[in-house]
Amino acid sequence: MVESFNLLMMGFATALTPMNLLWALAGVTVGTAIGVLPGLGPGLTIALLLPITYKVDPTSAFILFAGIYYGAMYGGSTTSILINTPGESATIVTAMEGHKMAKKGRAGAALATAAVGSFVAGTIGTLGITFLAKPVVDLALKFGPAEYFSLMILCFVTVSAVLGSSALRGLTALALGLFFGLIGVDLQSGQARFTFGVLELLDGINVLIVAVGLFAVGETLHLAAQKKHKEEVLEVKGGVGMTRDDWKRSWKPWLRGTAFGFPIGAMPAGGAEIPTFLSYYTEKKLAKNPEEFGHGAIEGVAGPEAANNASAAGVLVPMLTLGLPTSATAAIMLSAFQSYGINPGPQLLTTQGQLVWTLIASLFIGNVMLLVLNLPLVGLWVKILKIPQPLLYGGILVFATIGTYGISRSVVDLVLLYVVGGLGFLMRRFDFPTSPVIIGMILGPMAEQEFRRAMTISDGSLLIFIQKPLSLALLLIAATAVLGPHIWRLVQRKRMIRTN
Amino acid sequence: MTTRRDLLKIGTVGAAAIGLGLPALTSAQAQAITSLDVFVPAAPGGGWDGTARAIEAAMRADGILSEFKFEHVGGAGGMVGLPRFINGKKGQANAIMIGGMVMVGAGIANKSPVTIADVTPIARLTGEALVIVVPAASPYKTIGDLTNALKANPKAVSWAGGSAGGSDHILVGMVAKSLGLDPRSMAYVAFAGGGPAQAALLGNQVGAGVSGYGEFEEQIKAGKLRALAMSSEGTQNGVKSLKEQGVNVVLYNWRGVFAAPGITTAQRDALVALIEKMVNGPAWKKTLETRNWDGIFLAGDKFGEFLKKDIGETAAILKDLGLAS
Repeated sequence: MVESFNLLMMGFATALTPMNLLWALAGVTVGTAIGVLPGLGPGLTIALLLPITYKVDPTSAFILFAGIYYGAMYGGSTTSILINTPGESATIVTAMEGHKMAKKGRAGAALATAAVGSFVAGTIGTLGITFLAKPVVDLALKFGPAEYFSLMILCFVTVSAVLGSSALRGLTALALGLFFGLIGVDLQSGQARFTFGVLELLDGINVLIVAVGLFAVGETLHLAAQKKHKEEVLEVKGGVGMTRDDWKRSWKPWLRGTAFGFPIGAMPAGGAEIPTFLSYYTEKKLAKNPEEFGHGAIEGVAGPEAANNASAAGVLVPMLTLGLPTSATAAIMLSAFQSYGINPGPQLLTTQGQLVWTLIASLFIGNVMLLVLNLPLVGLWVKILKIPQPLLYGGILVFATIGTYGISRSVVDLVLLYVVGGLGFLMRRFDFPTSPVIIGMILGPMAEQEFRRAMTISDGSLLIFIQKPLSLALLLIAATAVLGPHIWRLVQRKRMIRTN
Repeated sequence: MTTRRDLLKIGTVGAAAIGLGLPALTSAQAQAITSLDVFVPAAPGGGWDGTARAIEAAMRADGILSEFKFEHVGGAGGMVGLPRFINGKKGQANAIMIGGMVMVGAGIANKSPVTIADVTPIARLTGEALVIVVPAASPYKTIGDLTNALKANPKAVSWAGGSAGGSDHILVGMVAKSLGLDPRSMAYVAFAGGGPAQAALLGNQVGAGVSGYGEFEEQIKAGKLRALAMSSEGTQNGVKSLKEQGVNVVLYNWRGVFAAPGITTAQRDALVALIEKMVNGPAWKKTLETRNWDGIFLAGDKFGEFLKKDIGETAAILKDLGLAS
């Protein structure tokens, strides 16, 4: 611990040189910008910047890359909240409550709780990298296919938080998401499913396209279909900051979100989306007024945003301690290590200690920079909402189209965006919730793959899920979450009858 | 994908074309190549992109060429990019595409109407032998222990590797076949990339793993994984090959350069000469060293023959694995 602290201070000494500070600033600025744009993610941006590894020294390059990575996590929430267009798949959940808040004139508070929550989670997460890397990575490696599958089962419980008023409609939407998730080449058998001979579909449909289609395009079409065009602008109430009440309602979700995000981010197949689902579900369950969820509850922004940023820090744990890339962005950062002839692996901390500690120090610095950069921007961002609605939504359509084209520059993706957009319009029209589609699309394929991996390993025995203690524990938690409230109600009723 | 720097370059080339008059430029290109259009049928950041960038860096360093334009079209093991390269660059003498073994398998498994046989082979540049590893705590100390266990019960060992039908899976199938086992009986667990597969091995979730040596190198050095055999001809990185240990299987995950269809023999020879010049230069030799790539260079017709043989063998093994008909 003391040793880690001393090494970290050494890292700060290198990271705080003017040149490296400038790299960090460039990184977080670029990161915020690309996070705002749907389609252009941190992975692709870093990949495009890889050639600088031929010119720039490794420390500076990694400070830049880490800044982009953290920055994108901040920027992704902005468009989710303001225009219902998630910039990253990890901020899809943020759009659910965040955009509702914006519509109620509380965009400033939503953006602020996202920014401060990101800062809190990013800082705690980076502290986690510094002091908890070893135990977290040991726990993460205990997760095999059986444990992941049980975790997915637990995640499916979270769907109940977004089902809406009709379970049938909600489950239909979920099934639609599961179907979207199936499209493409199956990893375990190498066979194409539901691709209808379209080569572009072989790699599956990007979840971001479906999210942007359902949320942004669907909403725009819905608005355009209304007979009376409202020329008015969305009002912005209560300034740009957070009120005392907002702070009071946000700090616990920030911490809980971080507690979900950091360890799950560190898991090799964890990712950033799952902790945001779990955080959203938890906040809804713990909220004093759960009926506010779905209509712009600040807890539903604060928790998932923190979870998202903490998971970004978590991803760096296996990367720096074991050389394991567990996300696309981490894989590209590792290939940058390789072009310097540095082989990231279990010995990275000993052989490249200076580089790693400088990188970690620059993450702390980058986080402060991002907060300073983003809080004043809140005031600027909310001005977007002052644009009259028809113009604003026209702009959103252009923005969504360009962003989608940017993902892979494929016309097929554009066609998909508008087909899904039309579907989103119909779903709104007939009162189907759209969020379960996204959850199904993310969880479905993961659950399927992990289930089949576990089945291959156990040679077809289902017992594997209850023989492994971690897997059993997760299944029990899931069962409690589903059955608990019902049993509790039964017990209460019996007690009431007895007292009567 | 073009970066801004590349756009600037296109600008310069364009300006030059106007200055010289277009016919002058085309006739000049037939004799000497002054710029390269590099097509990468994968997203930036992967193995093929790495090869493309390394070619650019080596040619620049040795002063062979300095005008490069990159385009990335990723997806389905190169099968999304390939038709675009064929249609978009037909007859263009200075267009090259990076490709490799993965593309051979992807074309067969996906029953793609166009395959790697439809482009002009220029040269095989690098190869990476695969390694078979087990977790440090595994009871299998040698490849013999592992093959004996498989012979006793093919399901006894679960294998972690890349996607079904990829080079890792193909190696497992080849090993099974050489042991007289049905390749389909192997308990092969496909992971999305080397990271998750390594994690499954480090966490003792699976019995054995297959990947390019570079991917597992650091874990092997740190003693967390035990290397049992390489898929190379002879000993590599201090690890004996399968062949040397009585399992008659050799497999390289090779990467190479292809040209557009419909170019003349003279144009093809010019590209072969250009790549040959790069391979013999000091910069490329250094790249092979730092990246730990095997320089299994093979050019022109010889590469074409190798490719034909490779396609046939891959089709056979994919059939044995039940992935192609």
